Amino acid sequence: MTAIQATAPAASPTPGPAAPVRDGARKRWWLRHTTPYLLSLAGGAWLVILFIIPLVSGLVVSLETGNPDDGYTFTWNWGVYGSLFVNSDVSYLTFFLRSLGYGVSATLLTIVIGYPMAYFIAFRVSARWKNTLLLLVLISFLVSFVIRTDMWAFLLSDQGPVLTALRWAHLASKDFHILGTPGAVIGGIVYNDLAFMVLPIYAVLERLDARLLEAASDLYANRPQVFLRTVLPLSRSGIFAGVLLVFIDAVGDPVNASLLGGTHTYVIGQAIQDAYLTNQQYNVAAALSTVLMVVLGIILFAYARIAGTENIEDLV
Amino acid sequence: MTQTTTARIATLKSSVPVENARQRKRPLLPLFFWIVTGITMVPILVMILYSFNNTPTSRITFSWSGFTLYWYENLTQVDGLGQAFLVSVEVAVLSALVSVALGTPLAMALERHRFLARGPLSGVVFADIAAPSIVVGAASLSFFLSSNIPTGFGTILLVHVAFNIAYVVVVLRARLSGMGHALEDAAADLGATPFAAFWRVTFPLLIPGMLAGGLLSLAMSIDDYVITSFVAGPTVTFPLFVYGAAKVGLPPQVLCFGTIIFVVGVVIAVLNGILTRRLPVAPVVDVEAPLPE
Repeated sequence: MTAIQATAPAASPTPGPAAPVRDGARKRWWLRHTTPYLLSLAGGAWLVILFIIPLVSGLVVSLETGNPDDGYTFTWNWGVYGSLFVNSDVSYLTFFLRSLGYGVSATLLTIVIGYPMAYFIAFRVSARWKNTLLLLVLISFLVSFVIRTDMWAFLLSDQGPVLTALRWAHLASKDFHILGTPGAVIGGIVYNDLAFMVLPIYAVLERLDARLLEAASDLYANRPQVFLRTVLPLSRSGIFAGVLLVFIDAVGDPVNASLLGGTHTYVIGQAIQDAYLTNQQYNVAAALSTVLMVVLGIILFAYARIAGTENIEDLV
Repeated sequence: MTQTTTARIATLKSSVPVENARQRKRPLLPLFFWIVTGITMVPILVMILYSFNNTPTSRITFSWSGFTLYWYENLTQVDGLGQAFLVSVEVAVLSALVSVALGTPLAMALERHRFLARGPLSGVVFADIAAPSIVVGAASLSFFLSSNIPTGFGTILLVHVAFNIAYVVVVLRARLSGMGHALEDAAADLGATPFAAFWRVTFPLLIPGMLAGGLLSLAMSIDDYVITSFVAGPTVTFPLFVYGAAKVGLPPQVLCFGTIIFVVGVVIAVLNGILTRRLPVAPVVDVEAPLPE
């Protein structure tokens, strides 16, 4: 009805009485096209000013030269990127590779541990208990991250109950330590990030059409085949989302390495934190964090291509 | 042979008997689940238990010296801890409120309108969630240093809102797309202006989502260590305090605060579970329910 009213005057040679109607249509057009911008103005501006611009200023700060005492000035010093990795006093390359190694190990472990857990909740638990079990998986998040990580440090320390018991049973020698080893750091990351893997996999498995599994067994697939050739490929997007969440968090995290590790488990997250907050080498810290972001971006982009996921955004 | 046939028939009738039969036959998966879940509970139990330990020193120790409520009665005895906890609560509440206020309209725009900036904005929201905390923290500090903004309570709040908006948007977009727009269309058919339809139909339906987004923000904010460590300046939040104290041994009061946060969290989670079960806001249509045979 409105459409007829709006078009009719345009055909008529006398526009006099039709003007307010056309105005109304224009107003509605105007409203329809400005509404989304008005709605997203405040939130969008906040994200641009306090997330996007800072990422750019991270790059800018990395190109500055100077020292903590005299301050830093912008000099297009691209050389900082080379100097950090070639013949550097501090082996940042080692820290990078170590972080990536911990990240890959922790991510693989969360898949191996998290997938069966998600599968159990999705397929082997009656509907009324699913939410309770999910809450149990998530319950660690109700304890402060730093406290729960430090509780492991407390438990696994050299005088702690775990090592005391192992030594009492002669399963560990006197110079066997848990803290300070890569295993402790990776274990800490796995513990802290497990739910990030379980939840997206569960979300996909839960939506899986049960008739497909039935069809697979009707076509004479045995149980392992049903899993490997139907369930696993169909849950790929869940694994992808989990890998995204766990890997990014694991590579950058300084807390597990700091509380559970030692001098031989120093990672890039700690290097960035120390360069920025302790040594006030702003340009070094900013350069390291820019490299970390770019490296993670490339790895995840390549992974997205290989894993064949069309739309990453749908997963989050 | 007979066994598989029976199983097949049972599957056709209903999946429940098969599930039970499988559960009895294959205990490995439940066993694995409960062992892993049990292990993840250990730090929580240790935290709660040792918050009641009557240690002779003001640092946590393993030897059990008896039950006491002393640490709970003297929560603020440790210098700076009570203050840090207050700062964290203030930042969490304020950042949750601001994030919901800014994130809700943003989610509406992204989910209900087609416009030029939609793609880029969705990308920014996604990047905000995906970006590693250490990079966000370092970049934020670079920004504040370059623009001569002194770091402190204000910058913590600014940055917490920046990462919380993204969570609020994700939660509310999921809610909005699940709702569909049948109810709003119905309101429009009944003569409601877009504004009236929003306030009387969409907004009330969004309240649970806003609450969920706000609670998620609250949790993310009160627990953030990495990003805050960069932008806190001289201000100390609860995670920063704990991290500093962890190097020399935690005072038992930290475990008390941890236990209090945990109990509050469990109560909210359980209440949320009960309320969502009691008040189904949108009609639940199970499109994937198996067809009757």
